[in-house]
Amino acid sequence: MLYPDTVEAEILVHKPWFVATMFGVVLLLFMAFNMSGTSFAELMRPVIGEPSVSGFYGRFAIAFAIAVIFTLNVVLIGFAPLKFQIGIVWLELLLLFIAFFETFHLSLPFIREKLPFLISQGVVTTLYVSAISIVIASVIAVAGAVAKLSSNGFAYAIASFYTSFFRGLPLLMQVYLIYLGLPQLGFVINAVPAGILALSLCYGAYMTEIFRSGIQSIDRGQWEASRSMGFGFTLTMRRIILPQALPVIIPPTGNQFISMLKDSSLVSVIGVWELMFLARTLGQKTFQHMEMLISAAMIYWMLSICLELIQARIERHYHRSKAR
Amino acid sequence: MSAQAIIEAKAVSKWYGQFHALKDINLTVHKGERIVICGPSGSGKSTLIRCFNRLEAHQSGDIVVNGVALHGKMSDVAAVRSNVGMVFQHFNLFPHMTVLMNCMAGPMWVKGVTEKEARNTALKFLERVRIPEQANKFPIQLSGGQQQRVAIARSLCMKPDVMLFDEPTSALDPEMVSEVLETMTGLARDGMTMVCVTHEMGFARAVADRVIFMDAGQIVEEGTPDEFFSRPCHDRTKLFLSQILKH
Ligand SMILES: Nc1ncnc2c1ncn2[C@@H]1O[C@H](COP(=O)(O)OP(=O)(O)O)[C@@H](O)[C@H]1O
Ligand SMILES: [Mg+2]
Repeated sequence: MLYPDTVEAEILVHKPWFVATMFGVVLLLFMAFNMSGTSFAELMRPVIGEPSVSGFYGRFAIAFAIAVIFTLNVVLIGFAPLKFQIGIVWLELLLLFIAFFETFHLSLPFIREKLPFLISQGVVTTLYVSAISIVIASVIAVAGAVAKLSSNGFAYAIASFYTSFFRGLPLLMQVYLIYLGLPQLGFVINAVPAGILALSLCYGAYMTEIFRSGIQSIDRGQWEASRSMGFGFTLTMRRIILPQALPVIIPPTGNQFISMLKDSSLVSVIGVWELMFLARTLGQKTFQHMEMLISAAMIYWMLSICLELIQARIERHYHRSKAR
Repeated sequence: MSAQAIIEAKAVSKWYGQFHALKDINLTVHKGERIVICGPSGSGKSTLIRCFNRLEAHQSGDIVVNGVALHGKMSDVAAVRSNVGMVFQHFNLFPHMTVLMNCMAGPMWVKGVTEKEARNTALKFLERVRIPEQANKFPIQLSGGQQQRVAIARSLCMKPDVMLFDEPTSALDPEMVSEVLETMTGLARDGMTMVCVTHEMGFARAVADRVIFMDAGQIVEEGTPDEFFSRPCHDRTKLFLSQILKH
């Protein structure tokens, strides 16, 4: 959280002008839509009669009801303590989301039938491809960061060429280049290793920059103290600098992990049977594309949430040595 | 003095780019000797003592520490560094390690001492700087004076032949200066060879065998505290002393 002010804050959502404005905006917004075909209009039937012929009065009544519910909801949530506010708002957004998917009329039995394979083949492949890639990318990142900070011309040139190249090309292009390009040089490479290689190289380039800035954020005094005690370069890096740079490195690296998880879907183009590939192919025969795509989307989201939670834990862990 | 020389600087010069930071420095530090270096800000005091463990490189002249000539060779430098302790103005403790680990790290990682032995040594020196009860805290939880004493203990754990101090009390609140100076005085009494950059003239008078005054990268004057404070020869020394002793 930001550094909180101890002055008692006024609650924005309880200010009359804010409530009135909110009410007005929602009312106008929903009057702009024709809601007469929705299930909400059906609920309003006792008040407005047959929705399709209710005309302006019907529109107004529906928008008014929605605005009342919405405003009341926001004002009530304003009374709850912070933790509840967060929980309730999350839950409500989630419900809206589910209501949105409801409108697709998805076939649940079909999803239930395909889900086990989607997980046992797709999720597992996605996870191990991204896990291996992230590990390799981290190793590349440390080496790249050290090279970029070194006074060795070769190391700097190679590292900066590498980061420039792999950050500058679309990842999809890199996947193709490695899968189709390497065989030209005589290395025949399977789809999975090619995918891992492409992901590692691309993310290694981004993470090189993250690690470099993390290492640079450590005070010179730490290097001087280490050197004055006779620590060599590797020892200083491993035991003094990197452990202190980690708290700086972890938040953006967590971002990269999440991003990598989803970008691993790009290796589906070379036929790796990961989550995205299966999502596209499993529904094809019966034209049930939406079922599989939405299931896969939800799985990606849940995996990302797991990573977010892990990241939050690690950040909390590193926070402790900073507390007084 | 007949004692063995621990640091010998002969005709040392150093440039930062075009800027001539040390000009023809000649200085010998003998075993057991306590030297105080003072002089106006920017006169090259830090640069000089940082050359003694090659945190900075000199470009001409010779520096011999414990019989090892300091040049670019890494193995020589590493040998020298593990026998020369250094205490910094801003402590430079390792914030991610406990006080105890700060003191154990050097002996364990550089000298290959066992963990048990390193722990005993660390506790002994923390006792000596009178903060054994803080051993399991992190540096940030300590006051400035305590942190600086930990930094001294950390250096002592390496069993150095000579200790370099670079304005060890300049970053401290006034009431903490004396506890650090007392620790340093104790070290001097025990016969540690010390080179201290400091403006604490009381400490210089009481402890130093020799006071050295630097200005603009040169050693302008040197002598015993008595000579230095009561009969300074050079105008620049007189000016400096009048400024620093005014209040
Ligand atoms: N890394 C550096 N690069 C360039 N000039 C420096 C550097 N370090 C110190 N100097 C210059 O060298 C001179 C001596 O610095 P220093 O030894 O830190 O002085 P002192 O410790 O006596 O205050 C100063 O003029 C300073 O500006
Ligand atoms: Mg200085």
